[in-house]
Amino acid sequence: MDMSVLIALPVIIPLIIGALSLVALNNHGVQRILGVLGTAAVLVAAIVLIWQTWLNGIKVLEVGSWPAPFGIVLVSDLLGAIMVLLAAITGFATAVYSLKTVRKRFERFGYYPLLHLLLAGVNGAFLTGDIFNLYVWFEVLLVASFALLIQGGERAQMEGAIKYVTLNLLSSALFLTAIGLLYGLVGSLNMADIAVRLQQVEDPKMVTLVAMLFLIAFSIKAAAFPLFFWLPASYHTPQVAVSAVFAGLLTKVGVYALYRVFTLMFTGEVDFTHQILLWMAVFTMLTGVLGAASQYEVRRILSFHIISQIGYMMLGLALFTPLALIGGVFYIMHHIIVKANLFFVAGMMYRLGGSFELKQLGGLYKKHPGLALLFMIPAFSLAGVPPLSGFFAKFILIKAGVEAQAWWAVAIALFVGLFTLFSMIKIWNEAFWKKAPEPAIEVPAPYRNTALYWTTGLLAAMTVAIGIFAQPIYVLAETAAQQLLEPQRYIEAVLGGAK
Amino acid sequence: MSRQFNMRSLILSTGTTIILPLLLLFSLFLLLRGHNEPGGGFIGGLVAAAAIALKLFADDYPSAKALLRVHPLQLVGIGLALAALSSLPSLLVGDNFFTAQWWTLPLPIFGDLKLSTPLIFDIGVFLGVIGTVLTVIFTLVEAEH
Repeated sequence: MDMSVLIALPVIIPLIIGALSLVALNNHGVQRILGVLGTAAVLVAAIVLIWQTWLNGIKVLEVGSWPAPFGIVLVSDLLGAIMVLLAAITGFATAVYSLKTVRKRFERFGYYPLLHLLLAGVNGAFLTGDIFNLYVWFEVLLVASFALLIQGGERAQMEGAIKYVTLNLLSSALFLTAIGLLYGLVGSLNMADIAVRLQQVEDPKMVTLVAMLFLIAFSIKAAAFPLFFWLPASYHTPQVAVSAVFAGLLTKVGVYALYRVFTLMFTGEVDFTHQILLWMAVFTMLTGVLGAASQYEVRRILSFHIISQIGYMMLGLALFTPLALIGGVFYIMHHIIVKANLFFVAGMMYRLGGSFELKQLGGLYKKHPGLALLFMIPAFSLAGVPPLSGFFAKFILIKAGVEAQAWWAVAIALFVGLFTLFSMIKIWNEAFWKKAPEPAIEVPAPYRNTALYWTTGLLAAMTVAIGIFAQPIYVLAETAAQQLLEPQRYIEAVLGGAK
Repeated sequence: MSRQFNMRSLILSTGTTIILPLLLLFSLFLLLRGHNEPGGGFIGGLVAAAAIALKLFADDYPSAKALLRVHPLQLVGIGLALAALSSLPSLLVGDNFFTAQWWTLPLPIFGDLKLSTPLIFDIGVFLGVIGTVLTVIFTLVEAEH
């Protein structure tokens, strides 16, 4: 059997599992088991995939044996494989976490099938080598996320969902327009083929225009400045497991798409396009962290921090030096794990403390020292405290910024790091350190669940591990960045190397 | 809509008993025809869903539901599973993932019957469309009650 099928597994497994859990609509036990087993299977597939990609270079699968550039190809380069692995880790953690936190009501409304559909969409987006297919996967994950977002039907959810849906549909429309223009320009949808043909286009202005359309479309999805406000309006409204998987993965699909098109396809006018990216990155970092400073609801603070972190990732792409791209990839790896983890912890804070509001929380350190530790690790990692993963991610980026002499960006990045620490200490002080406010909130039955502790603990351990084994992770990011900087390899793998 | 439930039309009801099987047959015809000519699982599924919706209008909600036997969402699940699973036989013969596989089944009277994974995929689409449309319609009916 051809090993190239490996590339399809992260997409097809969630689809099949999702369909099966839809068949078992009324049997929640079966759905839960399928959820854990299915996401575990994807995790195994993702590990094998990244291992194979590491050993043998970029892998390509021509779906249905239709040859590139005519058929759809799935491509696994290191960036794609890394993203799939991160998605698989988040998916598995979410499935385990959901066992104890997702209410029966939501299970009845198809929580698990939607979760699998979402993961299939995310993995599809990371692996496809076809720009229109990328659009399709975006839609798949958006449809699933719309439904997950409004499960429960509360007022705040609807309000958040309207902003989320409107802006994401706008983004999809722009994305589609951009694809149409690009197709008119080069007559191809295969990304590698587009990259080749773009070099022969005689109208660089038109190319830049299309690039800008892609930039706007993807930056809306990534919640970058200025069109980010759908994110803080919606991410805190659904149940925590959903928030966590959104926070970990969805905006990163937008970031991934930016990385893909602005390293593979639109590298002709770097001075212009990446300069805009740089400014967007700076403002994204700044607005996110300032927005968080004025919030007192745990999930909202975390949501604003997603935005500021997106800025760092864009910074890596914008500087467009080898070191900056390494930093960007490293940052994505660190961020997905940490962010999902923080939302999981927020969910446990709610379970144990009875609220998401900092004013109502308190005394958690005394009552639940284990939880306090589990909060501290990802929180300090997010803020960039050594020796945790966030420190190395920020360090690489800032070093790259210094090398590129982007002083403003460096200054802002450092300032934002400081403010992130301030935000995390705010949560720590209010929720964990200060005395529980009187009268105490009624917490429904003393709650202790090993599954939740295990999930968050495992993710926290990964954060620490990324810090401790920063060198091998750096090498991985370096190799991924090299592949990004030499799009020729990707193009050859898709167009030349395929049988 | 509720008015129609109260005032059942005898003509519509009688007509439906005759038309319903024809519509379902026609939907299958469309499904199979879609192999080489206009038609296919999507349009076939729409016709089949329309047939069951007709039953709903002519008689009542329980009888339409009984006709389907399973929850429409489960039908979506079965359809999606079939469509997804149709990608796998290609692996058994060592082709690329999702490569269409064709088998010929010689039948005594009808001649050769051509079967394929696209057909399985199309049946999946067929069931998926029926399930989706009926989920929408049934939800609306339930909201009405």
